Amino acid sequence: MLKLKSAALALALAAAVGAHAADPIKVGVALDISGPFATIGAETRDGLNLAIEQLGGKLGGFDAEFLQTDFAGNPEQATQLVRRYLQAEKIDFFTGPVASNSALAVGPALFAAKVPFLSSNPGPSQFAGKQCNPYFFGVYQNDTYDEAAGRVANDKGYRNMVLIAPNYPAGKDHLGGFKRLYEGAVKEEIYTKVGQIDYAAEIARIRAAKPDAVYFFLPAAMGINFIKQYVAGGLKDIPLIGPGFSADQDTLAAVGEPAVGLFNTAHWAHDLDLPANKAFVEAFRNKYDGRYPTVYAAQAYDVVMAMDAAVREVEGRVDDREAVLAALRKADFDSVRGEFRYGANNYPVQNYYLRVVEKRADGTITNRLVGTVLEQHQDAYVGDCKM
Amino acid sequence: MTRPGKASSAVPAADLAPLAARVLPWVLLAVLAAFPLLAPVLGLEYWLGFVRRLLIVMIAATSLNFILGYGGMAALGHAGFIGVGAYTVVALVDAGVGSAWLAWGAALAASALAAAAIGALSLRTRGVYFLMITLAFAQMLYYLAVSLSAYGGDDGYGLYTPLALGAGIDTGDEAVFFWVVLAIAALVFALFSRIAASRFGHALMGIRDNETRMSALGYPVFRLKLAAFAGAGALAGLAGALLASHNAFVSPSLMHWTESATLLVMVVLGGLGRRWGAPLGVAVWLVLAEVLKLHTEYWHWPLGLLLITVVFLAPRGLAALFARAGRAA
Amino acid sequence: MDSIFVIEQLLNGLGYGLMLFLLAAGLSLVFGIMDTMNLAHGSLYMAGAYIAARAHEAGAGFATAVLAAVAATVVIAFLLEQAIVRRLYARDHLAQVIATFGVILIADDVVKAIWGPSPVMAAMPAALAGPVQLLPELPYPAYRLLLIGVGLLVALGLYLLVSHTRIGMLVRAGASNRGMAELMGVRVGRVFSFVFVLGAALAALAGALMGPISAVQIGMGEAILIPALVVIVIGGIGSVRGAFVAALLVGMVDTAGRAFLPPALRAVLPPALAAELGAALAGIAMYLLMAAVLILKPAGLFPARG
Repeated sequence: MLKLKSAALALALAAAVGAHAADPIKVGVALDISGPFATIGAETRDGLNLAIEQLGGKLGGFDAEFLQTDFAGNPEQATQLVRRYLQAEKIDFFTGPVASNSALAVGPALFAAKVPFLSSNPGPSQFAGKQCNPYFFGVYQNDTYDEAAGRVANDKGYRNMVLIAPNYPAGKDHLGGFKRLYEGAVKEEIYTKVGQIDYAAEIARIRAAKPDAVYFFLPAAMGINFIKQYVAGGLKDIPLIGPGFSADQDTLAAVGEPAVGLFNTAHWAHDLDLPANKAFVEAFRNKYDGRYPTVYAAQAYDVVMAMDAAVREVEGRVDDREAVLAALRKADFDSVRGEFRYGANNYPVQNYYLRVVEKRADGTITNRLVGTVLEQHQDAYVGDCKM
Repeated sequence: MTRPGKASSAVPAADLAPLAARVLPWVLLAVLAAFPLLAPVLGLEYWLGFVRRLLIVMIAATSLNFILGYGGMAALGHAGFIGVGAYTVVALVDAGVGSAWLAWGAALAASALAAAAIGALSLRTRGVYFLMITLAFAQMLYYLAVSLSAYGGDDGYGLYTPLALGAGIDTGDEAVFFWVVLAIAALVFALFSRIAASRFGHALMGIRDNETRMSALGYPVFRLKLAAFAGAGALAGLAGALLASHNAFVSPSLMHWTESATLLVMVVLGGLGRRWGAPLGVAVWLVLAEVLKLHTEYWHWPLGLLLITVVFLAPRGLAALFARAGRAA
Repeated sequence: MDSIFVIEQLLNGLGYGLMLFLLAAGLSLVFGIMDTMNLAHGSLYMAGAYIAARAHEAGAGFATAVLAAVAATVVIAFLLEQAIVRRLYARDHLAQVIATFGVILIADDVVKAIWGPSPVMAAMPAALAGPVQLLPELPYPAYRLLLIGVGLLVALGLYLLVSHTRIGMLVRAGASNRGMAELMGVRVGRVFSFVFVLGAALAALAGALMGPISAVQIGMGEAILIPALVVIVIGGIGSVRGAFVAALLVGMVDTAGRAFLPPALRAVLPPALAAELGAALAGIAMYLLMAAVLILKPAGLFPARG
């Protein structure tokens, strides 16, 4: 009787183990396809889905399941979602949110559960510095775009600039990043209300200050409003420099003509001359009605490819988290942004490029790669990271 | 304002109804209390956290139901007090305080104070004006939090060390924190039921129905309303403090005006001025949102349709619907 | 700070105020006359902006696109009134808030299903794209001058309509005492439908005109709804005159907060503190104004009802 029991137990155990081996690798995705970052969220999803399609729904040749849930850009809702992913779904990888605050909100729970968090966009300074964690992988550090823009301003010989950003800590961080490499004088730093619609008063202040150029960090709708009103206000002659976020395809589609001539910096460009990138851009345009991908789509695509490479490296044993981390850190895949390596804080050391918005002969308005601004650049916070 | 149905409560309740009404809350409490023990066995760990959040939101919604349903004060700034409570916890944690009771007590006090101040300025207005002035104050609090760089501003503030509950346990323990929240919610709910039936509660309802008459009868109308408003604000602040521990994170989005609106929606959905209205509304709204989000990217419109349906088909809220069904049975 | 700068900022305040008025006028009419809180007003604004943007993009002239947007929104509003809003007139404000909040949730998903989640392009008419030289030292965006002109015209038109026409008389009668007006034979239901559709037309006009200088995207209605509500509350609900005065007041205060406060604070405070405080105060200037007005005058500046 006893024997029979233990035999049954062994059988059940074997069945359980067998079932486990066949379990798909679970990737939790936090999407922002409604709410303030809906556009970026949709771009992220499209980049992600292209990569998933190309990999046949597998990671490293193993079955994978991509759970995608909308959390509407709300950090509190993001914590709920991650709680579900961790406790109910037992995910093996996490990627997603658009905004830094959501990333900061969900980070600690993921780190505690030892789930690798491959950011598909935000690179908060906290996770690059004091709160760095082996389970977090950035795609860029937030300030690096601004640092590149500061270098651009130097190269172009701007001596007097006005800087403008929303009045919250991230706005100050971004302007701080710009000033880190910019060597000229700052005539005025303007902080605006979060979610502001009308910029007439600020534009008048800029006109009165008569700067050589203006640097702006105004994400999402704020940037669209600002650029439109800036150009309508007759300031077209004062050059605008922005981070790539405010001059990507999603913004250009909404701003149109007024964006032409806008200088912007990013760690990727759709016309970056690399085989992997060319293949990505072509596949993306084929899948999504000829639309050019944004940097968000490119990042999301890269994130899935990074997971794919890591799972292949560990031969599907994603439960061995140490091995997965080591594999991820190798970044052994053809990134669409070109060669990069991870620094000590798991943030990439990579190139940053200057792009300019142009109107092509066929009427499409899009970015053209101008050149490399910073080569194999590392963020400013890595020194604070004790890992 | 929607009045709770006088007629329905006046109908002599038939046979088993009062017994059920007396027993049901205890059964519910017992089921909830057993939930942390059952959840791991049934693989429902996630739902443990989810129910805990429901309970916390129910505290806030019940406090809003008190001033709105019983006091006739339609406030569109209730999330502001949730934020005050949550940020009080943040401020104390930032200053090195680790005791949950101290933090929650301070949150109660701070939000009561904020509500008293805002109420003192706002309660002279009526109806939509009141709606808007409470919104204005909540917006001010929101923008204050957004620009408050000491506590992370828009990035929010992570509470990485759980608060200590004493006896070596803390809010990091899922089950223990669940029981604590359950106990607080039950206490708040009992308190709410008691006050609603007290002289204070009746005076408040009198004011809601006819302020001039109550004033003529010698009731200190303004003071009563202010007391109710401050009390409700305090409870919302407590909910905010619990939410801070629950999420281990606080950000200004807690106070966004849509959060106040959602709270209002949940209370009306459940049944204004009904004892079970707020918990019912919270449960239906949040569960539905959670389930819809699992299945579709277009999860807003079914909720919108639900609201319109309730306004037209169940104008007294779902609780009234249940009460009617209960009587019919 | 020279006089040109001050003049320019005054114009900016006027412009922003009139933009708010375009939206607030319709809201205030519906609110004051039918005692109906229509949160979906913002959704009608969004509909106007999207339709005008798409029509313009498809090749229609700017004026045609704006008119098409207004016409289409009027149809939408008519259907909305027939199906939902008319059943809300007799209900309390809370029921109206809840039901129209439901309409917002549905409208946002519908727009997303039709036009996608990304903001759409709303091009500026080429003739108005640049600035005009108002004074030798003061170029001013031509498009904003158009907005100021339209805003003033709408204000004048509404004034004439409400105080000098028969329909206006009926509207006022219905607003000040519905029961009495009905006793005297006014078909209040029909007057209300007219007012609702008129309000929607104004919302669509505002949306269509705001498109070229703001992001046409889901949620744009909610973002501007709050300032518009602030305006009608400060003005006194139901008073078009109040909404006009309040809109200008809010426009001026908001603009002044952003234009003059930071330099003024910099003159008296250390720079870091001045920057922090200036931005924070400018952000909440509108709410401070509303709170102050309501504390002093609990029913707004020009209460329409006794």
